[in-house]
Amino acid sequence: MKRLLLALFCFLSFSTFANEPTATTAEATDTEEFNPGEMILHHIGDSHEWHWFSLGNDHYTTYLPVIAFRPGHGLSTFSSHQLAEGKVYDGLKLEHEHLVSEDGSKVYDFSITKNVMSLMLSAALLLLVFTAVARGYAKRGTGAPRGIQSFFEPIIIFVRDEVAKKSIGPKYERYMPYLLTVFFFIWFNNLMGLMPGGANLTGNIAVTLTLALITLLITLFSSNKNYWHHIFATPGVPKALLPIMIPVELIGIVVKPFSLMVRLFANITAGHIVTLSFISLIFIFRNIGVAPVSLAFGLFINVLELLVAILQAYIFTLLTAMYIGGAVEEHHDADYQMGGGDGAEPAHAH
Amino acid sequence: MNIVTPELGLIFWQVVIFGIVLLLLRSFAWKPILSSLKERESSIEGALRMADQAKLEMQELKAGNEKLLAEARLERDRIMKEATAMSSQLIEQAKDKANEEGTRLITQAREAIQNEKNAALAEVKNTAAQLSIDIAERILRRELTDQSAQQQLVDSYLKEVKLN
Repeated sequence: MKRLLLALFCFLSFSTFANEPTATTAEATDTEEFNPGEMILHHIGDSHEWHWFSLGNDHYTTYLPVIAFRPGHGLSTFSSHQLAEGKVYDGLKLEHEHLVSEDGSKVYDFSITKNVMSLMLSAALLLLVFTAVARGYAKRGTGAPRGIQSFFEPIIIFVRDEVAKKSIGPKYERYMPYLLTVFFFIWFNNLMGLMPGGANLTGNIAVTLTLALITLLITLFSSNKNYWHHIFATPGVPKALLPIMIPVELIGIVVKPFSLMVRLFANITAGHIVTLSFISLIFIFRNIGVAPVSLAFGLFINVLELLVAILQAYIFTLLTAMYIGGAVEEHHDADYQMGGGDGAEPAHAH
Repeated sequence: MNIVTPELGLIFWQVVIFGIVLLLLRSFAWKPILSSLKERESSIEGALRMADQAKLEMQELKAGNEKLLAEARLERDRIMKEATAMSSQLIEQAKDKANEEGTRLITQAREAIQNEKNAALAEVKNTAAQLSIDIAERILRRELTDQSAQQQLVDSYLKEVKLN
């Protein structure tokens, strides 16, 4: 990915700013060299403190609690301030934002990292927003929606009618809570990740992995006879081909959630990388003249990311609904075949 | 690369927090919201259906009214016709009866007159007979005395008798 980025930079610098003399490289060596790749990876990665911004040498940082478990040593909790700037505390230190023990023994890191903190904030926000929406319904009953309720109602109805009903069929109601939660969870966190100082939560593979695993588990636990019949005795396939088809179908079960995991992770991370890359151009060229161009591009990408934020939430929810729909389907009628397609779904890849 | 390696801690927190959010939202947000939406949709649907039904009923009612009106008109015509027929029949009957009664009365009167006449004639005949007998008797009595006187007597008797 670093190489790709470099290639992108080269391409951009040669095409757009070819007439700009790159005399700045000589001066760059005398100060601390700016490494865009490192900066970007730092921004999209997780960390044990929440770094807001720096003014000169003053860093405005919120130190978050570290919770580490070591077999034989037990649980140790302390502020990540103790580990700032490579310090060692309680036999623990940070190596590239990774908690390791000094003696090399195994450390299970359950720290409230920046992403966990952001996760908690988004959870609180989700609860706050949707209990408020629910209060609107409790207050107005079957009357017309107002305020925040009228903003979210069309989206909830969209998820119910266009995603759940169409993909799952008559049994959709059981899965509505998960589909709605996953939709708004991804959307809210995508938007929070786009805010200045926000954490890249939905662009973190651990988060998308968990969501995809939950989808897989729900699919497997709600699967019926038809689903397994389709896998072990695919209709319309000659018996001789079954030794090939069964492994393919079994791999398909895993590939579907895997594609969910990678799609969300890659889309959100890529968006962050591209935005940060445009911002980095200013520091690479060390020229204020580049700023308007790179800001314009950055703004464009950011606005595009606003669209991607809801689009990815929609795609994740839709595919989840389709996978569930494929598992609970009663008849394998060709006209009704909504879910259960191949896991890759190239048409949706962003 | 670091960014494609999932961290155990984050997976743990994600499972815990997402699970809590899912459970809380399910019971405190999605269930009331979805049930309210359903309720509202069914109430709107019910109202629409009821409006349709009311329209249909109105149409039926209107059609029924018209039918009733037409029936009533027919009935009225029929009754009118019947009544006219009956009245004319009655008049006819009355006329017939009156005529009959008239003829009957006239015949009766005629019969009565005839009877009276007969009775009267019979009486006149009797009286005349009686008178004749009386006169004859008196004449016979006077005959014995005087001729002239007899004549005189017959004359006076004749004078006395006035034939109606």
